[in-house]
Amino acid sequence: MLRIKGLSKRYRTGDLALKGIDLDVPDGQVMALIGPSGAGKSTVIRCINRLVEPTSGTVMLNDVEITTLGRGDLRRARQRMGMIFQEYALVERLSVMENVLSGRLGTVGFWRSFFRRFPQSDIDEAFRLLARVGLDHMADKRADELSGGQRQRVGICRALIQNPDLLLVDEPTASLDPKTSRQIMRLIKELCAERKLSAIINIHDVMLAQMFAERIVGLQLGAIVYDGPPDGLTAEALTTIYGEEDWSATIRKVDDETDHENIAAPELPSRHRLAGLT
Amino acid sequence: MSIASAPHRHWKKPPLIKSAWLRWSLGLGAAIYLALAFGTTEINWTRVWEGIPRGAKFFAAFFPPDFVTRWSEIAEGIAESLWMTVVATVIGIALSIPVGIGAARNIAPAPIYYICRGILAVSRSFQEIILAIFFVKLFGFGPFAGVVTLAFATIGFYGKLLAEDIEDMDPAQAEAVRSTGAGWLQWLNYGVQPQVMPRMIGLGLYRFDINFRESAVVGIVGGGGIGATLNTAFDRYEFDSAAAILLFIIAIVMAVEYSSGYLRRWVQ
Repeated sequence: MLRIKGLSKRYRTGDLALKGIDLDVPDGQVMALIGPSGAGKSTVIRCINRLVEPTSGTVMLNDVEITTLGRGDLRRARQRMGMIFQEYALVERLSVMENVLSGRLGTVGFWRSFFRRFPQSDIDEAFRLLARVGLDHMADKRADELSGGQRQRVGICRALIQNPDLLLVDEPTASLDPKTSRQIMRLIKELCAERKLSAIINIHDVMLAQMFAERIVGLQLGAIVYDGPPDGLTAEALTTIYGEEDWSATIRKVDDETDHENIAAPELPSRHRLAGLT
Repeated sequence: MSIASAPHRHWKKPPLIKSAWLRWSLGLGAAIYLALAFGTTEINWTRVWEGIPRGAKFFAAFFPPDFVTRWSEIAEGIAESLWMTVVATVIGIALSIPVGIGAARNIAPAPIYYICRGILAVSRSFQEIILAIFFVKLFGFGPFAGVVTLAFATIGFYGKLLAEDIEDMDPAQAEAVRSTGAGWLQWLNYGVQPQVMPRMIGLGLYRFDINFRESAVVGIVGGGGIGATLNTAFDRYEFDSAAAILLFIIAIVMAVEYSSGYLRRWVQ
């Protein structure tokens, strides 16, 4: 269970990115965080694992207070939170396997990791995860040889091999085509269900958020302005989050797209080996 | 509403310096200074004229190059230069890695950054000859002073380029490794090193090439190596032996140049 209380962040430029956010995410909940650019979505996620230091407020993950941890404890706490990034953020010149295994860095010593001598259990788990996303035959390919969707699946493996309690997902579909975006979102949702993981997913695409999240939180100018189920996103709700706009197309399309997905899903080409993706 | 009725709007590329006054006075000032500088340079055409046949005689003395008479000294000098180059390049690069990491603004805290930038600035501000004169005074004649000179110069070169390469890296990749709970050294090894490695291997080979050429120069002021042999040959007016040495230097530099170019392509 993730418990955020009064989380604020003021950047050195003086911008107040977050204005005292309160947010609870129960175990196993997949939550989408939506809002316009600059609303503070990325900052929320990065304050949770302290890639960005919060100015004030507390973050508790399973009764561990993250905000006051020292360096060693923070490393252990980060191990409990897997992160998936916009544009994948794989280390491009490392192999797929090295990228996945880098998720275990918090648990092995420097020299073991330097010589790439990870415990056999980590290597088994890495192959299992890669097989789960259909990429085990790519283990020794360099990350920059992969397509966007493949890279993001490697990014998901890197986060999952940490065996986390919580997934922090930052715009996972920002540079993917609509079909791959859906596949990736579906994969994240399924994996969360398999492992009873909770997830916070920052996402621009309101329709994707509605399709794959069970709860939507809308952020605007560093404050939560909507917190509810996906079908509660009415035109008024969207207007409070994003501002005045004609939302009829966005809302209507949700149903269309869902129907369309159901028809299109079985057509996935089997040669992509998207085991369990559909 | 029609396009023809729109009035013509004048457009010109905006000048680099906005103020017309400043623009013209800068141009005029540069022109005047250049004219004065040319006027001050005295060119004594008779001396140039007398120098030409002397140069021709000097050049003729190089031919034919004599590899035989001083062969053992030449071989010894080249072997010494080569090991000086290898040792200095390895030591220099080893020392420049921590300095370079410390001099990268995006990963080093401010005090370390300034100290490391200071080391780089000192190393880069002196040409190899000046460093060699200083180290020969410190440690006496011989290849040790030469090795120290080349290693010290390598720190400035390699450390600065390493720091710049780290500053240009993709922060997202490094951040992703940090988010897994990696320690600082692991983070360097997984998040930073892969991003800078290919370029740094190329630059290491390039520095090897530079160090070999410089090893010939530092010998002239007493730093050992082929430069010492070359200097002795000139002192004894054995221009044919000197020519042999120069040909050797050219051959080795070209060999290193081609092989390093090939290796660099392979690494990329």
